[in-house]
Amino acid sequence: MINWLLEPFSFTFMRIGLAAAILVSITCAALGSYVVLRRMAFIGDALAHTVLPGLVVAFLNGWNLFGGAIAAGLLTALGIGWVSRRGVVREDTAIGVLFTAMFALGILLMSRMNSFRDLSHILFGNVLGVRLGDLYITAAIAVGVLLTLALLHKELELTSYDPTYAEGIGLRADRLRTLLLILLAFTVVSCIQIVGVVLTSALLVTPAAAAALLTNRLPRMMLLAAVIAISSSVIGLYASYYANVASGAAIVLACTGSFFLAWVFHMLRTRVVRV
Amino acid sequence: MAFTYSGRHHVHPIADALALELEQLVVNYPGSSEPALDHVSLKIASGLRVALVGANGSGKSTLLKTVAGLLHPQAGTIRIYGHPVGACHHRVAYLPQRGDVDWRFPVSVKQMVLAGRYVHLGWMRRPGPNDRAMVMQVLERLGLEELAERQISQLSGGQQQRALLARALVQEADLLLLDEPLSAVDAPSRAIIAGVLADLRRENRTALVATHHLDRLDDEFDRVISLESGALQTDRVIEETGRRLAPAKAPRYDQLATRTI
Repeated sequence: MINWLLEPFSFTFMRIGLAAAILVSITCAALGSYVVLRRMAFIGDALAHTVLPGLVVAFLNGWNLFGGAIAAGLLTALGIGWVSRRGVVREDTAIGVLFTAMFALGILLMSRMNSFRDLSHILFGNVLGVRLGDLYITAAIAVGVLLTLALLHKELELTSYDPTYAEGIGLRADRLRTLLLILLAFTVVSCIQIVGVVLTSALLVTPAAAAALLTNRLPRMMLLAAVIAISSSVIGLYASYYANVASGAAIVLACTGSFFLAWVFHMLRTRVVRV
Repeated sequence: MAFTYSGRHHVHPIADALALELEQLVVNYPGSSEPALDHVSLKIASGLRVALVGANGSGKSTLLKTVAGLLHPQAGTIRIYGHPVGACHHRVAYLPQRGDVDWRFPVSVKQMVLAGRYVHLGWMRRPGPNDRAMVMQVLERLGLEELAERQISQLSGGQQQRALLARALVQEADLLLLDEPLSAVDAPSRAIIAGVLADLRRENRTALVATHHLDRLDDEFDRVISLESGALQTDRVIEETGRRLAPAKAPRYDQLATRTI
């Protein structure tokens, strides 16, 4: 049994993959809690998609893929902030228009490359293809995002549930929101290598949504979401190794499984309280 | 050394300044042709409980939000203890309407009330034992001490209003702007809130309260100002004995009111 558990991690690529998955799980869980509570799930999904043309342009020019993706992500984050301040078109409409356009542009550029294997890695992720250099960048993003969330915890929390009072004491709720979008852009980019563009929002939303059913304190919600995301990643990696299935999809389905467990637990508990 | 949210530092109070002085204040909402506040002038001395009454859309909330610095006036001046808006955020406590808060957010009553201390702490600093002790004291004063650990959606309407008032109180402000603190409030909560307003008066603090509840205005307030379509309508001072006086001599306001009608 112990051999069965240890065997996959005798390979370097499995160890790097595991480390990357754990780092991304923690970052996604902490930031994902805000994404869920502030109803930003659609923005998270959009950000993941709009990163595609950045990735492709960087790939075609031989630039660093992270750099291209982060540039595209930041542009989108700032663009969303700008659109929501102007208020001419409803925010979700504007995002819906822009993100599909950016994604289509990415696919268009990609179709000229004649390399569908690379496309599928970007779209669906490949945690086992993470290189050591990528791992360092992922770690730097994790530290940066978590540190920012910790240092600005009381302000981010307050502007999330009572932006009016926050503005009254001199806080700028719109700037904190833009900051969250920037953190989201970085997180999404580190997430893409694990589960890919299409499934990134699952790692942001599902563990946090499951944790929200289990507690009513924000720090505890972040912690529980991290535990759920990490265990799902580990389960996904084993499934990928032994059953030879796509790692990203396996991780996401493990998250979904945890969500349903949390939901059943929540239903049972509220039923007990009502009786 | 604190890094304040507004980037400004402590401003010394000006002696004998009025708590609030508005002069020809005009506020427009973008896209609306009718001004939300139409040349409103008003002087409120320190230590009064002032009720702000009027129909929906009469400008009560707009007035409070403008004084709180949430809306920017198109014309006119605002002086709070002699200073412009935002010069001293901690001296002005704003209590938003209950509907402005996301009550399902995972935060406890105690944590929410603690946010009243944030303006004193600024960036990076965490609340200390003194802040927490003050929160517990105010929660007791408002009869919420047993609900301190509850998530905020698990309170009744009246308890939620008391929690919002508690947060405004721990801010230790001199001017309190309360937007509909009596809506969805049951009788016990109303009595507690009225008690707090009376205490504020004794402490020489000023409260400007937007309300729809016209009963018992004379018992709970020192002055009643009514707004209609963004203009001052009536302004009457209530004597200690509760006897109603004729409208305070404010010819300018009356002229403005008739002009907008």
